[in-house]
Amino acid sequence: MDNLLDRALGLDGRGDRWPLLGKVVLVEDCVETGGAFVVHHIIKRFLSPQPAAASNHSLILVAFSQPLSHYDRVLRKLGCNLVAQRDHDRFLFFDMLNLRFPGEEFRDDVKTGSSVLVSLFEKIYNAVRALSAEKNCITIVIDDIALMEVVANGSSDSVLDFLHYCRTLTSEFDCSVVALNHGDIYSTTEKPMLMLNLEYLSNILVRAEPLATGSAVDVHGQLMVFNKGEHDGQGTPGSKVHNFHFRVKENSVDFFYPGGRG
Amino acid sequence: MAESICRALRDGALEGEHAPALTIKDSIDAPLGFDVFAHVLAQLSSHILAGKSQSRGLVLVAFTRSPSFYVDLLKERGLEVNSSRKWIQILDCYSDPHGWKDRIMGQGKVDDATKEASGVSRLCKDVKDMDKLCSLAIELGKGLLGEGKGRFSFALDSVNEMLRYASVHSVARVLSDLRSHDLASCVFWLLHSDLLEDKVAAVFDYMSSMVASLESAIRASNGLRISLENLSLTEQNFRRAKFSIRFKRRNGRVRLMSEEVSIERSGITFSSVSTDGGTMGGSLLPKVQFNLQLSEKEQMDRAKVVLPFEHQGNGEPIEIYDGRRSLADKNNEAAGTMQMKDSSKVCLHCWCCYRITDVASNYSNGGIS
Repeated sequence: MDNLLDRALGLDGRGDRWPLLGKVVLVEDCVETGGAFVVHHIIKRFLSPQPAAASNHSLILVAFSQPLSHYDRVLRKLGCNLVAQRDHDRFLFFDMLNLRFPGEEFRDDVKTGSSVLVSLFEKIYNAVRALSAEKNCITIVIDDIALMEVVANGSSDSVLDFLHYCRTLTSEFDCSVVALNHGDIYSTTEKPMLMLNLEYLSNILVRAEPLATGSAVDVHGQLMVFNKGEHDGQGTPGSKVHNFHFRVKENSVDFFYPGGRG
Repeated sequence: MAESICRALRDGALEGEHAPALTIKDSIDAPLGFDVFAHVLAQLSSHILAGKSQSRGLVLVAFTRSPSFYVDLLKERGLEVNSSRKWIQILDCYSDPHGWKDRIMGQGKVDDATKEASGVSRLCKDVKDMDKLCSLAIELGKGLLGEGKGRFSFALDSVNEMLRYASVHSVARVLSDLRSHDLASCVFWLLHSDLLEDKVAAVFDYMSSMVASLESAIRASNGLRISLENLSLTEQNFRRAKFSIRFKRRNGRVRLMSEEVSIERSGITFSSVSTDGGTMGGSLLPKVQFNLQLSEKEQMDRAKVVLPFEHQGNGEPIEIYDGRRSLADKNNEAAGTMQMKDSSKVCLHCWCCYRITDVASNYSNGGIS
């Protein structure tokens, strides 16, 4: 069943084609309000049982912050079995904590600095080419950009180069790219260049923030979904901004408009 | 006013002068820069194809969009890139700017372009080498002219990407070389001002004969980034913006003009700035038939009105009128009381000095005289 987040991301359509194809989705969060649940939701929607015509979905998860067991546990509660998907070659896990990929490991000479990202892109590119040859619909999920910058020894230029190359995959292979970043890491800088660059790069921006009134038991935060290129009701091109609250439960997330919770 | 820009680019360079150069500037608050860039690109392309411009060809240096994207963009506007006459070349700095894919593919061909786009694009695999990039662009331009005479134009879709790869000096040198080339008709580029320091943005302003800036139509409180406080403003700012142009004349005079740009269903439109205060920037008064504001005389008259129960504070002791008796009456009462103490007679006409004992004594004496 569709919810407010699905509608904001354009996932509430009835077509077979994945609506986020060719798009870059940036999820921003902060310490007070984590946004990882948005990434989990997108993964679940992408891999969840769909009409037969859409069974060719393949997801590549580039994980800098958590092991596979973490994602498996979280997605199982949402009704998605990552291990089973991996066994059917619909889910590829790139373990950046241990620098391990399906079937291989990093060479010792490329384990640090910007060369890590070049090697990482090489592996992603080869995987995407192989999957694309089988007419698969591909989504690349990156968790998260802040840790990617750490792996690149603080080089934001290397991170931007890597993301630029990932973006070229959206036009070359019609992939979608979903990336998580922590906005408050850059909050002390006068002009948060990396954040601004990412906002220019993205087609859809999802920002998780705490409520202006502070924390609450029933409402865990609010989401702002900024969908560039979404047409309004009259068909005029432009952008649409969606704002609603959320509550993270054990096995799901509730989304509702402010004041709409009974 | 946007037409003025397009006309200036169409007319090209005067003899003995550098080619006209246009900077299109926007920010995250008013991110319509690429829409304006695409509009100028399409207009100039249209003039080139129709043979109405000084320029006989266009070299597009693409950093942020693929060649296929631009081919489709021009096609949507009725401009065919693969016509019998070669008029456009795209220097592809988007698909493989650092040669990563080239190393992965080995001898294999990196192909991010459709068949249509591959015919008019050339891949650049080392964007950090600005000198080589400049040479490639000029070489592509000369290729458009062939053996014939004429000039060609340059368009660069992101100076910010160039600045990520090279120093300000290198990028400025490239733009200056392109602008001053003998065969250059015009040059235009796009940059996001909030990704640059002010002094860097000023460098490119100085190099330009025209600077077109986009500002948000309605200012948000949070300057740089989208925030929850200004959601509706952000949504509007993606459809409308204030479009200001600064023309630098040969004689040093600067001409400033301003318009409103909006993205409609039919495409991008430019209109005059409304002067009734209803839409642009300042006043947000509704459009009504009556005047809601006071004239200067009315404001002065209003200031002179003394309000009741207002303490005037003119240095004298403050006396508050309580509405029951005047101060003069109080004074008279006090004087009357003083006299009664000295007289045994009773005045029945003035109850303020009435005393029972005196009345009693009068009656006992047979009435009041």
